[in-house]
Amino acid sequence: MGVAIRKTKAELGLADLYQGARRYLPGGEEITAVRAAAFDRFDAVGLPHRRVEAWRYTDLRTQMKEAKRLASLPDDAAKTKAREASNLFAGAGFRKLVIVDGAFVPELSDLADLEPGLTIQPMADALAADQPLLLQRLGPVVPDDDPALALNTALAANGVVILVAPGTALSRPIHVAFVTTNWVATSMFTRSQVNIGAGASATLVESHQGPDGTEYQVNTALQLVVGDEARIDHVKVVTEGNGALHISSLLANIGARATFNQLGFVAGGSLVRNQLFVHIAGEGTVADIRGGSLLAGAQHADTTLAIEHAAENCQSRETFKAVVGDTARAVFQGKITVSPGAQKTDAKMMSRALLLSDEAEADSKPELEIFADDVQCGHGTTTGAIDDELLFYLMARGIPPDEAKALLIQAFIGEIIEGAANESVRAALTEAMLGWLGRRE
Amino acid sequence: MTALLEIKGLHAEIAGGRKIIQGLDLTVNKGEIHAIMGPNGAGKSTLSYVLAGKPGYEITAGEVYLNGEDLLAMEANERAAKGVFLAFQYPLEIPGVATLTFLRAAFNAQRKARGEEELSSPDLIKRVREIAKTLNIDAEMLKRPLNVGFSGGEKKRNETLQMALLQPSLCVLDETDSGLDIDALKVVANGVNALRSGERGMIVITHYQRLLDYIVPDIVHVFAAGRIVRTGGADLARELEATGYGQYQSEAA
Repeated sequence: MGVAIRKTKAELGLADLYQGARRYLPGGEEITAVRAAAFDRFDAVGLPHRRVEAWRYTDLRTQMKEAKRLASLPDDAAKTKAREASNLFAGAGFRKLVIVDGAFVPELSDLADLEPGLTIQPMADALAADQPLLLQRLGPVVPDDDPALALNTALAANGVVILVAPGTALSRPIHVAFVTTNWVATSMFTRSQVNIGAGASATLVESHQGPDGTEYQVNTALQLVVGDEARIDHVKVVTEGNGALHISSLLANIGARATFNQLGFVAGGSLVRNQLFVHIAGEGTVADIRGGSLLAGAQHADTTLAIEHAAENCQSRETFKAVVGDTARAVFQGKITVSPGAQKTDAKMMSRALLLSDEAEADSKPELEIFADDVQCGHGTTTGAIDDELLFYLMARGIPPDEAKALLIQAFIGEIIEGAANESVRAALTEAMLGWLGRRE
Repeated sequence: MTALLEIKGLHAEIAGGRKIIQGLDLTVNKGEIHAIMGPNGAGKSTLSYVLAGKPGYEITAGEVYLNGEDLLAMEANERAAKGVFLAFQYPLEIPGVATLTFLRAAFNAQRKARGEEELSSPDLIKRVREIAKTLNIDAEMLKRPLNVGFSGGEKKRNETLQMALLQPSLCVLDETDSGLDIDALKVVANGVNALRSGERGMIVITHYQRLLDYIVPDIVHVFAAGRIVRTGGADLARELEATGYGQYQSEAA
């Protein structure tokens, strides 16, 4: 439009954050340059708003009132809080890595007896060492015009780098716990990199949590590289506090004949944006991408998925469900792109929303963009309330209405949870779901 | 002696004002099996829903008592806990809820409502399996989502299983024979007959006499245009099979 739009308080605040932090952010000359370019990209467009198609339903420009100051490094009190924080995966025997207020904390993390072929490093160290791997991944990201991701690249101070060497079958799942402890609202930018080498396999669980009653801001990104014939089971659970702004970007690049299972689960936060950019680069890969959101109060959760089938003979299933109560709003945008030559692509996307109140809202925007002629692609979307007939059937057997509704909600979201291959993960997600239902009573 | 179920001067209509039940009087004592027969559209299913407490019906007049308690003042789940059981003509499918989970929730909710102790899962499973065996329901079916992919016969056997587990005092069987072949009908009827007791009453709603060959009623009522137009013994059912409902429809109109 060429007209300079007055910057919002949050945009000015973000610029201040970057200007104030850039000299201290980890990384040598090259990384500093990548950060500067990323910030310029953000600065040119500003916070996304409803006229930006990819952010149509989540007007960050309006909803993000200000930029909170960057979180300081966790002190002993913060570490104690993080240690004592609830853990959905406690007792599952997962290797736990802990990120407190955006900083990787080795002493809270289980770094002992790393399996052969497994390397774990704080992202801050990797950045400070100017690792070429990160430069490759920090620079030419897809999409390069997303403002939230650009901000992440500019400001990410820490996170974790996990490398699983080719052929390594990691039997012990890794749990990366992102814990916000601050009662004073701060902002945290974390970036992680996970590489699953050719023929390797791993289960990676991310959890994001924090205190209620504080408007903290999280911008987190994960770059995931999955090699040929590799398998990754990735689960991300958001149980952020009720004031939190949580923006997350997943950038997945998947090789040939690989298995990619991704499950996102939202049962917390005030405003949540989960962006998934999935690129299937090699033939014969199978991807299963699921999401479940449990929303109440005035929560807003947006899942935006862009999956690109760039190779032949790949299959993908995208299944997203949202339970929306009170005045909450669930957004699903899903786009499947089939590149020229990606013949025999088989992709099916489904999004369903269950509305629990008259004021609840669900928006769904599925898209298919197909440039190959021998493919099977489809999408569907449904929105509805709890079925009165089913409710009566349960009540006629003596089940009280609230319990009957809870049972129907569990049944609805259960399809998503069942997608997790790991039993402990299913148990943890079920616990998160029951916790959510319990808070509603 | 207090009647098990007492319906007095009941009038009910569906939302929108269409009158369905128009002046129904019926008393069911403990130990009795009443059959309610009638033409399609007579309001038989509505009666079953009104007794079970389905929303969407307005009671414009009359009273219903179960063991002397005002049934119409209770929610569906409260009625169930007091002993009302409706075997659905078309049992619903609930994907995502395992049959056993559903049975446990129903059983324990009723116990809780009555102030009784809940049954532990192993004890409940044992009890369910014992009943399932008598109804030719295999254990695998109990793990499947409730009624999803079940055949008509499996659904009706599942209803009978629920009834046997929950041990209601008043069973209302709505067109239990619909969708059943003769073998399935026998299994279900045997299950129902096993529940006959001096402490329990039943209302068997059916269009056809066939079911009553297997579940033999004590009393048969002809229900037309929202009320009982004739009452007799088990032989009335056979008479209806021969003559049809024509005379009652014209009588009611």
